[in-house]
Amino acid sequence: MKNFTFAAGLLTASTALADTPVLTVYAPDYFASEWGPGPSIEAAFEASCDCDLQFKTGDVLGRIILEGTRTDADAVIGLNTDITKKARETGLFAPHGQDVAKLTLPLNWTDEVFLPFNYSHTAFIYNTESLPNAPQSFDELLAADDSISLVIQDPRSSISGLALVLWVKAVYGDRAESVWEQLAPKILTVTKGWSESYGLFTEGEADMVLSYTTSPAYHIVAEGDLTKKAAIFPEGHYFMVELAAKIAGTDNPELADAFLAFILTDTFQNLIPTGNWSLPAALPVSEWPEAFQELPLPEKVLFYSEDEAADLRAETIEEWRRALSK
Amino acid sequence: MAPRVVQIITGAALAAFVIAPLMAVWLNAGSSARFGPAEWAALRFTLMQAALSAALSVLLAIPLARALARSRFWGRDVTIMLLGAPFILPVLVAVLGLIAVFGQNGLLNDGLHALGFEPLSIYGLQGVLLAHVFFNLPLATRMILLGWMSLPAERIRLGQSLGLGAMARFYLIEWPMIRRILPSAFAVIFVICLSSFAVALTLGGGPKATTIELAIYQAFRFEFDFATAALLGLVQLVLSVTAAALALWLAGHDRLGIGLDRPAPLALRPLLQRLLDMVVIGCAMVFLVLPLALLCIKGAGGLADLGTPVWFAALRSIALALGSTALCLCFALPLATRWGEVIATLGIAVSPLVLGTGLFLIVRPYVNPFDVALGVTLCVNALMSLPFALRILRPEVQAVEQNFSRLSSALGLGLWGRFRWVMLPRLRRPLGFAAGLTAALSMGDLGVIALFGDAERATLPLKLYQLMGSYRMEQAAAAAVVLLLLSLSLFWLFDRMGRYGAQD
Repeated sequence: MKNFTFAAGLLTASTALADTPVLTVYAPDYFASEWGPGPSIEAAFEASCDCDLQFKTGDVLGRIILEGTRTDADAVIGLNTDITKKARETGLFAPHGQDVAKLTLPLNWTDEVFLPFNYSHTAFIYNTESLPNAPQSFDELLAADDSISLVIQDPRSSISGLALVLWVKAVYGDRAESVWEQLAPKILTVTKGWSESYGLFTEGEADMVLSYTTSPAYHIVAEGDLTKKAAIFPEGHYFMVELAAKIAGTDNPELADAFLAFILTDTFQNLIPTGNWSLPAALPVSEWPEAFQELPLPEKVLFYSEDEAADLRAETIEEWRRALSK
Repeated sequence: MAPRVVQIITGAALAAFVIAPLMAVWLNAGSSARFGPAEWAALRFTLMQAALSAALSVLLAIPLARALARSRFWGRDVTIMLLGAPFILPVLVAVLGLIAVFGQNGLLNDGLHALGFEPLSIYGLQGVLLAHVFFNLPLATRMILLGWMSLPAERIRLGQSLGLGAMARFYLIEWPMIRRILPSAFAVIFVICLSSFAVALTLGGGPKATTIELAIYQAFRFEFDFATAALLGLVQLVLSVTAAALALWLAGHDRLGIGLDRPAPLALRPLLQRLLDMVVIGCAMVFLVLPLALLCIKGAGGLADLGTPVWFAALRSIALALGSTALCLCFALPLATRWGEVIATLGIAVSPLVLGTGLFLIVRPYVNPFDVALGVTLCVNALMSLPFALRILRPEVQAVEQNFSRLSSALGLGLWGRFRWVMLPRLRRPLGFAAGLTAALSMGDLGVIALFGDAERATLPLKLYQLMGSYRMEQAAAAAVVLLLLSLSLFWLFDRMGRYGAQD
């Protein structure tokens, strides 16, 4: 087994030299894979820092909580507001110290610990060819014929599924459970995560899939496919923001600070749209790639603070489960 | 076959490898566990679908294995190999394949529509069962087929010379063999289906189809509620071990005597019977292979765009699979006893999430878990395949023990001599099959690696998920084709080695 690990190590031999300082950043899988923004961000940051930036991937918060103060991470990237309360309670994170005035989010951001780097909104994506008359509001979706089929994600196993139940709660409040009962016949199925859902949608199994307002951008930019659209609802869309933070006990505080500062630079922000297929958190619309500038985006943004989200989570998931189990 | 001490040590090591992570999770729990109405509902659904899935898979496997055992036709080997294909695919890929056939826009519904019938829905309990039969029918078939192959030719000849009719032949010769194999085939499949999660949810249609594994996932993912996760993990473990022990208790002994390892004679059978066998085999092939064929057609286009990282991941997966196979067989041979089989069930009984998290907690004080991610995955994969390997090996090992131990002692054969001259020649076929299955299962696994997997050390299944996560559905389909072909090749190679020079 030693030989095996050794051989595996050779295959992935790291180029790090012993004397360059290493900055370890925990990131989600999709972020740091070669199809995500990770590699170009790594190259750009290393060009400016004389250091070795290493992304370690996996379930970011889960790992940090497991590791506690013994973590190797200097910073993390890719946390989500709906679970940051748990992250904050660990006391493992330090204030980011960045000037948030640069942020261009659709809402006011004052958090001292968690720094946004990109955002989008939950949205139902549809194919304009198979569903030419897509519902144009949540109410229309509820009233639509039951032959419309939706694929959504389970809020108990996926962050986007959790955002969906919070979205419905934000739009309908106490009526949420009856809204779910109305939606139930239209829900073709519920999947474990986003990948399974989106796979079903691209296979043509369902008319609409729960995804993000930025999903059509991939099809437009990478595939020249204009048929995928997000249905924009005037009731508002739930805001999904991804965050970075510095680990309080880091051995490399300066490098970690430099990395957080780098997140707000135009270099980093320009890598976000076509790297992470999301909207940059600190870049004016006029500097977005054209396809992103033209994306239909919601005017009204719905959002729960981390405290509200934490308080509502169990209740909304239970409403959802009850309504769909009938 | 191995001295008792080795057996006990191996068994204890195995149990420790499963129990220790569970304990580690439990000890790290800050709160107390909850087991509310939602968990009870999940428990009920889990048991119900696992029992139905296992029963269906095993029942359908009997006529299929029988037809395969009696028929000789061109391409029979390939057929038997392809039958193993669904089992080794990552869940996500297999589900997409099934949907291409049975989904809303699948071939089946297109056909029904053209004929003017109402479409059928794959989503619901029927979908869960369909998928679980798709995964497990091949496994059950191969297990039962091995049983048929192991029927001594002498017994069949005796039956023929006594002029037994079809009914009598089935009851006197075949049924005792089936009775011996069926309960543990049922138990293995039951245990696999217990921990089903993504399939049950996706094809189950929603929260009605919640399994315990999802509750474990939720407890970890959002609540970081280790106590509940450990409790649910324990529930799953107890269910699995109970099922395995029950199966052992139910399985009778086969005491009809031994043969001289000659291939069974092929009786001349009426044309109608031969036709019927071909229909059974044909239907199974269409059911099992069509979804995969459609996947291949879809994925072929993206093959050229895959790029080196995916191919490196493929190499890594192959190395991992070979390592897991070696380790698995090292465990399997000493544990090929009745109780060894129950202990081995622990491997698939414990949730990968609990196992992975527990191992993480255990190794963390000594090494960086990232650095040993592939090693840990290798061990876990070996462990997960062990119940299958044992299920395949144990009856053969025991039959050899029972039938040849007195002769071996009389001849004064030592441990190595027994292994080399008595065991190995008789175990080649099951060893090859077990190795092939382990290698293929390990190729397709996305359990623990998803927890620890570095982008730079990703395996092929992880790459596949990354591709999907970046919207690259076409390349993901191509990666799935590579995965399928590699898994099948490994399976074929090992299986072939086991049968090289064999007389059929």
